[in-house]
Amino acid sequence: MSDQLKTEKITTDLLRSIRLNKSFLIWMGFLGLAFLVCFGAYGLQLKNGMVVTGLGDYVSWGMYISNFVFFVATSLIGMLISAALGLSGQKWAAPLARIAEIIALAFAAVAGLVIVMDMGRPERLLNVFIHGRIQSPILWDVTVVTVYVLISTLFLYIPLIPDLKICYDRLDKLPPFARNIYKLLSLNWTGSADQKKLIKQSTRVIAIFIIPVALAIHTVTSWLFANTSRAGWDSTIFGPYFVTGAFVAGSAAVIIAMYFYRKNYGLKDYITDYHFDKMGQLLVLVSLIYLYFTLNEYMVPAYKMKKAEALHLSALFTGIHAGLFWSVQLFGLVLPIILLLFKKMREPLPMLFIALAVLIGAWFKRYIIVIPTQEHPFLPIQNVPLSFKIYTPTLVETLVTIAPFILVLIIITVLSKVIPIISVHETIEQLEENNKND
Amino acid sequence: MSEKEEKPRKKSRREFLQDLGIVGVGTLIGGSAIFAGMHYDKKKTQAQRIKVLTAENELLEIEKSDTTQVVKSKLENLTYLQKQGRDGIAGRRFVMVIDLSKCRNARKCMAACNNAHHLRPEQHHINVLKMQESHDTPAYYMPKPCQHCDNPPCVAVCPVDATFKRQDGIVLIDNERCIGCRFCIAACPYSARIFNWAEPIKSVDDEDLAYNVELNVPQRKGTVSKCLFSADRVREGKLPYCVSACPNGVYYFGDENEDTVTNGTTKETVRFKKLLEDNGGYTLMPELGTHPRVYYLPPKGKEYPFQDKDKPEAAEHLGNS
Repeated sequence: MSDQLKTEKITTDLLRSIRLNKSFLIWMGFLGLAFLVCFGAYGLQLKNGMVVTGLGDYVSWGMYISNFVFFVATSLIGMLISAALGLSGQKWAAPLARIAEIIALAFAAVAGLVIVMDMGRPERLLNVFIHGRIQSPILWDVTVVTVYVLISTLFLYIPLIPDLKICYDRLDKLPPFARNIYKLLSLNWTGSADQKKLIKQSTRVIAIFIIPVALAIHTVTSWLFANTSRAGWDSTIFGPYFVTGAFVAGSAAVIIAMYFYRKNYGLKDYITDYHFDKMGQLLVLVSLIYLYFTLNEYMVPAYKMKKAEALHLSALFTGIHAGLFWSVQLFGLVLPIILLLFKKMREPLPMLFIALAVLIGAWFKRYIIVIPTQEHPFLPIQNVPLSFKIYTPTLVETLVTIAPFILVLIIITVLSKVIPIISVHETIEQLEENNKND
Repeated sequence: MSEKEEKPRKKSRREFLQDLGIVGVGTLIGGSAIFAGMHYDKKKTQAQRIKVLTAENELLEIEKSDTTQVVKSKLENLTYLQKQGRDGIAGRRFVMVIDLSKCRNARKCMAACNNAHHLRPEQHHINVLKMQESHDTPAYYMPKPCQHCDNPPCVAVCPVDATFKRQDGIVLIDNERCIGCRFCIAACPYSARIFNWAEPIKSVDDEDLAYNVELNVPQRKGTVSKCLFSADRVREGKLPYCVSACPNGVYYFGDENEDTVTNGTTKETVRFKKLLEDNGGYTLMPELGTHPRVYYLPPKGKEYPFQDKDKPEAAEHLGNS
């Protein structure tokens, strides 16, 4: 097969997903409907106040905040795969870069909405900008998350420019307005040497710049907790602990996305078993680091058992949260590490199930970090209803918690229907490079 | 002579009558003029002259009859109350001393507080806790208001300056600005803050009131509320609601600068430093570096026994240690 034909095949394969088909419409219809239901639940919360949640004066941060931490965490994967692995010359990660960036952008953008859902007075959001106080970690969080969303958008967009031109050239069956959008966004790309150099350089600059910003968003998010004196939150390792945990959640999310994109968009030749194998190894690596931090986080206070810590840790180890705590550690961390050590388990289907377990575990891990601490303040909880002492999420609250997930799925699905999820021009370049080496 | 004498007599009668008329009318006019003048003067001195402070901070004296009452809009009232509430009272440093040996869990403080601040029964600006430090130490009752820390963690984390520390030491919350993020609730180690999860209990009655940040009334759905050291009462020179309501002499309230505190029950005023000195005063969790303005006197020689029925609840917080 000549190079011409190969290039042709690559372009056709990777652009095939950009079309409206029946399964897409059904899937979007389902997501849209589910989102409406969840949004209705949020309407109920706006109308009646946050009394519709299971929150109280003691556990005043619940699922919404653990959801926020989870969303910020998952969005960090864009930085790891596209920037860190890319800069360090890990070529295998290149076809996954755009998937990771789409996930990063979707989760980071929605994280901002998640925090608004937790506010008692969302209509006063602008107060943060009008009366903002720089001493408050919330201001830091708002700043870095906004910056991260902007940089992630650029990081997705700039390497996409050549592909947008390809889209314009090749997708001649699209209505003119859609083609014109591709043309407009491709910024007169001609593929000249100068333009290629410019894109390479700016991508590199963004890749370097995104690393500290990504570290900042999750470090600052961890400081929302670590900057209080509460037992369970008052920890100096919360920054790196959260960041490594974020890589675990993000890798799992990318593996799940890889599986479905590959299956539904017929990308078996581009996302191969080799990529799954590599992602499995990456997941083991980040999980081991996370396990190490987890051990530190619980073992050190558990050795001393200071009064406030003791109340908190007893609830986790043997008390009302024990079932959840040990399940999360076992099924979300320890077992996946052991299983993924076997090559057979790093094949697509087993990896999908392992990644799902890791991702669900990662969500509940945030729950374990956020909620139990508040059930054990320094002074006893007395003279209040029982529901204030033990947090039980309500149905409305659960629906509102699900809403951001649906939004992320909508964003990921729509993006994958308008842009090629694997870089076309990079795949072709890779092919040319391989030929040169042969 | 007689004629001469007669003449003037005749003349004089006419003249007399004339004169009389003139004098009479004159007197009448003059008298009434004087009377009127006097009355005018009297009226003038009686009229009230009042001092008026203009918006430009100029002190003027005008007659009260010349003034007309301007009905201030709700917004103008709010602006005034907000400024006064944010400024605080110059030269004062308010402190509270809670004598644990006197508390018998009467909870009159909690009732008075909830009534003043329009709170639901389960909402507490002040909460009387059943405390026990370890298995072998005695249980005791401990009223716990906001500690009005001099290094308040809640104020540090507030993203919008809705909760703030005043020059007189009081920490307030402005529910006109609060965005309801509840970071302050997470940061407070004393669990002193509450949230209006639902529509406040008196929101319909309070609808037309201008918001007073020193009373935190009307309460607002979706915002944080907390103990205010009764800043509105303190401004009037009165003792806080809880302090006045206590039947057992638990609370002292006063000014650190004056070194005096007054007992809410006995109204006895004593030296603040000496009270702490003589009774071993302390603050809650000093290791956190929050520097509370609420001081406690230890439950030594309790005047009332700790109720047996409250013992299990007090022991709950001990855990397994």
